[in-house]
Amino acid sequence: MSRTIISIAIAVSLSACSSLGVEPWEKDQLARADMALDSEKLDLALDDHIYFSKEGSSGGRSLAGGGCGCN
Amino acid sequence: MQLKNRSNISKALAIASCSLLGHSAQASANTEKPDDWKVDAAIMYYGEEDRVQAVEAIGNVQKAFGDESLLDMKLVVDSLTGASASGAVAQSETQTFTRPSGNGQYETASGETPLDDTFHDTRVQASANWAETLSPVWKTNVGVNGSKEFDYFSLGLNGGVERSFNKDNTTLALSGAYTFDAIDPVGGRPVAFSSMALRADYDTEEEYRAAFDMTRMAGSEDKKTMDMMLSVTQVLSRRWLFQANYGLSSVSGYMTDPYKILSQVDDTGTTQSYLYENRPDSRLKHSFYMMTKGALDAGVIDFSYRYTTDDWDLNSHTLETHYRYYFSGRFYGQVHLRYYQQQAANFYRPFLMAGDPLPEYASADYRIGDMTTYTLGLKFGQRLSGGHEMSYRLEYYQQNPENSGFDLVGQLQDHDLFPEVKAIIAQVSYSF
Repeated sequence: MSRTIISIAIAVSLSACSSLGVEPWEKDQLARADMALDSEKLDLALDDHIYFSKEGSSGGRSLAGGGCGCN
Repeated sequence: MQLKNRSNISKALAIASCSLLGHSAQASANTEKPDDWKVDAAIMYYGEEDRVQAVEAIGNVQKAFGDESLLDMKLVVDSLTGASASGAVAQSETQTFTRPSGNGQYETASGETPLDDTFHDTRVQASANWAETLSPVWKTNVGVNGSKEFDYFSLGLNGGVERSFNKDNTTLALSGAYTFDAIDPVGGRPVAFSSMALRADYDTEEEYRAAFDMTRMAGSEDKKTMDMMLSVTQVLSRRWLFQANYGLSSVSGYMTDPYKILSQVDDTGTTQSYLYENRPDSRLKHSFYMMTKGALDAGVIDFSYRYTTDDWDLNSHTLETHYRYYFSGRFYGQVHLRYYQQQAANFYRPFLMAGDPLPEYASADYRIGDMTTYTLGLKFGQRLSGGHEMSYRLEYYQQNPENSGFDLVGQLQDHDLFPEVKAIIAQVSYSF
């Protein structure tokens, strides 16, 4: 029973994956400048620097790198 | 706009449809020719209550060469002053510490968290990145970055490739970076767990200086970081996209903070000596990041979650969201919320007991202890004529360090060993 449910779930999610996305002419909203992943890149860079300096972990959104001896 | 034959038709259609919609899209279509320069600049103030104050200026210049090449250059200058927690515990008596240079001392009043007030530095950082569209589905980028502050130098290289699939709805990216850092601490590198030499314990300046020199090693140290990141970006619908990243970072070399110390206390919680900290010389970090972003009718919203873990056993969870609302075509307000929670590194010790054998590694730096932090931010932005934009950001950041189960002995129970840190972030940005 559970195997059947899992199989159905996998089939449904796979079919969902294949239908993900839009046609090129449907990308008007996604093409907006404020939808770019780096639309506020200075804010993101400044935030990364603050949290890198003040917390024990860093990175995740982009490469963590080194480059700072901040306290 | 001229597009070369091999340019993706879907992109052309997307740009064309974009230019038909909305004020912002019209503005960018009118003003942003492919060969235009794009400049972003910001100045930020970061101020902690009674502690670190920083001013950071950042400028980013982007230059497109046709549809295929993009040069991105960034310059950052920051200046830091103020005091930073040294790692020593508060005591019922006034405490005296030797400055990291060995020249002079500073005092901490009874009940106060010891802060090293000699902390000031100026940092200059520059980076350049070149992105190239190789074909409708392949992109690549390479970059270099360097930074210099008084006791620190860093040089890094990075590169990446990107491949899009499924009518540009799925993008797979692989990137890597190598960073070399050199550290040359003020007063020299402390000998691990050596005891801070205090002027009052010596009759003459020469005797004190000889004792101080015994706690120091000559020469600089270095640190090498290798980063790798695998990223998948998926368009979910006409308004939503999703990104998932896995990051691996391997750091080797000097990761001890040369300015941090630990108090060694007796059974009554009274400090017997101050020892310079010692951290492992390797660290392997993993990060998992998920983000979804949505285009709303009158705004934009994103949510992200990040989990990090490493072989120092420092694990963290981060939840973050930005919500922007356009009051009009020219004016928007934005809310930023962030919650961060970390679990202490396995060698974190708020203090050491005088009778116990020394551990292999130990640090009392609260930044690698148990901690929860919160950020609440507001931003307002205004679109000006000619595609220019001005924005103002004000944020409140609070750190709540916590005791991860250490027994506080004697007088340590009378003091706040895990004080909150409160900071204000203010920023003005201009883009054109």
